[in-house]
Amino acid sequence: MRAGSAVSRRYPSIGDYGFIGDGRTAALVSRDGSIDWLCLPHFFSPSLFAALVDVERGGRFQIRPAEPYAVSRRYRDDALVLETTFTTERGVLRLTDCLVLLHHSPLMNELQPSRELLRRIEVLKGEVNVEVWFAPRPDYGRRPSSLEWRRGLGWTVPVNHGRVLLQAECPLEQAAGAALQGRLRLQVGDARHFSLAMAHQDMLVAPPLGEHAHQRLLATMEWWRHWGESFSYSGPYREQVFRSSMVLKALTYALSGAVVAAPTSSLPEAPGTARNWDYRYCWLRDAAFTLRAFDDIGFHQAGADFFSWLLHATRLTWPELKVLYDVHGEQPQPEQELSHLEGYRGAAPVRIGNGADEQLQLDIYGEVLLAAYDYARRHGALDRFESRLLLGFGRTVCRRWREPDHGIWEVRGVPRHYTYSKMMCWVALDCLLRLHREGYLDIDVEAFRAERDAIAAAIEARGFNETLNAYVAVFEGDEPDAALLQFVRVGYIDAEHPRMAGTYKLIRDRLMENGLVRRYPPDFDGLAGEEGAFGVCCFWMVEYLVLAGRCDEARELFEHVLGFANDLDLFAEEIDPRSGELLGNFPQAFTHIGLIDAALALAGVDSGEEDSND
Amino acid sequence: MTERLAEALLWGLVASAAMITVLQASVGLGWSRLNLPMLIGTLFTGNRHRAIVLGMVVYLIGGWLFALLYFFAFAQLGHGSWWLGGLLGLLHGLFLVVVALPLLPHIHPRMASDVDGPTYYRRLEPPGPFGTHYGHNTPLTALLANVVYGVVLGAVWPFVE
Repeated sequence: MRAGSAVSRRYPSIGDYGFIGDGRTAALVSRDGSIDWLCLPHFFSPSLFAALVDVERGGRFQIRPAEPYAVSRRYRDDALVLETTFTTERGVLRLTDCLVLLHHSPLMNELQPSRELLRRIEVLKGEVNVEVWFAPRPDYGRRPSSLEWRRGLGWTVPVNHGRVLLQAECPLEQAAGAALQGRLRLQVGDARHFSLAMAHQDMLVAPPLGEHAHQRLLATMEWWRHWGESFSYSGPYREQVFRSSMVLKALTYALSGAVVAAPTSSLPEAPGTARNWDYRYCWLRDAAFTLRAFDDIGFHQAGADFFSWLLHATRLTWPELKVLYDVHGEQPQPEQELSHLEGYRGAAPVRIGNGADEQLQLDIYGEVLLAAYDYARRHGALDRFESRLLLGFGRTVCRRWREPDHGIWEVRGVPRHYTYSKMMCWVALDCLLRLHREGYLDIDVEAFRAERDAIAAAIEARGFNETLNAYVAVFEGDEPDAALLQFVRVGYIDAEHPRMAGTYKLIRDRLMENGLVRRYPPDFDGLAGEEGAFGVCCFWMVEYLVLAGRCDEARELFEHVLGFANDLDLFAEEIDPRSGELLGNFPQAFTHIGLIDAALALAGVDSGEEDSND
Repeated sequence: MTERLAEALLWGLVASAAMITVLQASVGLGWSRLNLPMLIGTLFTGNRHRAIVLGMVVYLIGGWLFALLYFFAFAQLGHGSWWLGGLLGLLHGLFLVVVALPLLPHIHPRMASDVDGPTYYRRLEPPGPFGTHYGHNTPLTALLANVVYGVVLGAVWPFVE
């Protein structure tokens, strides 16, 4: 384990990154003004900058003062436009970063590149010496980087099936190792722009710099402002809920409506270990949570788009469901290890592709049918095609629920009978029965009810440990699983039921540390290293407490967990309960969905209290 | 006469479709970035989406007109066959790659030039020598597409004649 060594000191903390996106790809920007992660042209494409997982070989694009500085950051005017302000002894420099979004803008009538990363620097006070470092490393640094000067256009770099073009309002010269460097001295009021445009299977377009570039930045802010008009939530923690919805929007692939779990790959779940996975895919597991989150905060179209993608994506594998799909509904590429990259803080291997798609995870049937149930209730109907798909999934549940699987946490190794998986199979059939009862589709009620009841009987007989007075992770086991907090939310059992109260107590006693919740005990998955607390589980605990009527405790826990977000209110997948550092891929949709759901649960309590006061 | 013209137009459409298929396939396979509909469409509009649709329409109309020229050439030569069509296509392609593409920065209202660089209106990447800025294989794929176009027209000449 190399964490804590010189290797780890060369990497910023995960929470030191800011995030920008355009619904097609995303970039991570460090507090030092370095873009350390950018895949082009899509989330799932090979990286151009990947210093995030290898500071030497990954590639980066950095703009910062050439003298010591202090940093503050914020998103500008509710837009995913990141402002990093550097304060030096002699001046203040502001760096503004965005991935340009111009749809519905009159600027679309002039030729625009299909992707553009725009960076603007301006001196707000005094004077600042600025240094620029541009070191592209296409294809995760696997192919040689060649910079080519196109007279009149700028510097270009070939990438997979395309080319990127860097234009800068300052002279850049070639440095050793296929990089460009520049230094400039700016006075108060000076501004400069840097544009990185990409052509994918297309000719390059060189967007103009100067005031025109500033106009594109303002148009991007206007795009986000327009999008934010649909945000209808006005309850407590509005800022954090809005930020979470912005993250979800940026992680929603604009061309299909799919939501990727995170824009990064191989940020470790535990420092210096091999718990590194590629999250640039769509997990069906997130379906019900995502759909409900979108709908509850006013983004009904996004919810409908996501449901449409869900049914489209699952058509090829129907009536079976795969664990994850790519944004186009295809199976992910096979998992590969990039052995030439050292990994974030030395946490090798760096993986691309995801092997979890080969696992059987029965809980996803429940999550998909729960999403369908929510969708039908909100949109008033299911068409014949949708009904047929859902029925097929229900029959698969009846046929397969007795099989062992890999569970919600995708534990590698021998399949086991996970209680959460059985519970979600129960949910799947229960949703079908409810859809039938409410007139959305016709099913063989007796057959489905018999299977549903058989699942409940199995859970009660084998998933409940009498000695511990709690539901446990695996049938006939004795270990807790934080996912079981969802028993209440999905309607399986009341929060006050003694069996559920016992389950909560077991989870609290065995999985909570420093007010944060791990998903399972440290040795449960058999992998080396101890992972952190799981972001979404912390928020599930809040929801459970709300449903159990323990609202003050819930609010206290919620605010405690919010305190672990970074300065931009962003969460990764996990949190180290001892150091408070963010762990795992970043930012993580599932965690932000959990945040939205927990805030909505608390808001429901608040509005209920107001009603009762009226 | 009308019937022959209709046949000429039909085969002109088929040959144009074959040519654009070769060009677009070479783009999809990563051999070239020459997007001909966009190149043509941006002569008329800066809106990328409109440009691609408009460019495709203009390209097909151009394909028809050139088909009539090919048929006229076959008639003048008193002979038309797949190899003669291919030869004409090769010459046509060479003209495009060697003469027409390098001229584009001077006549295309939205194309930057290698000398002056981009301006507010002129943003499109210039093709460079023989179109190689759009990928080193661009001259070859452009020639191949034109040869395919000529072969189709030459092969159907006996039916149109």
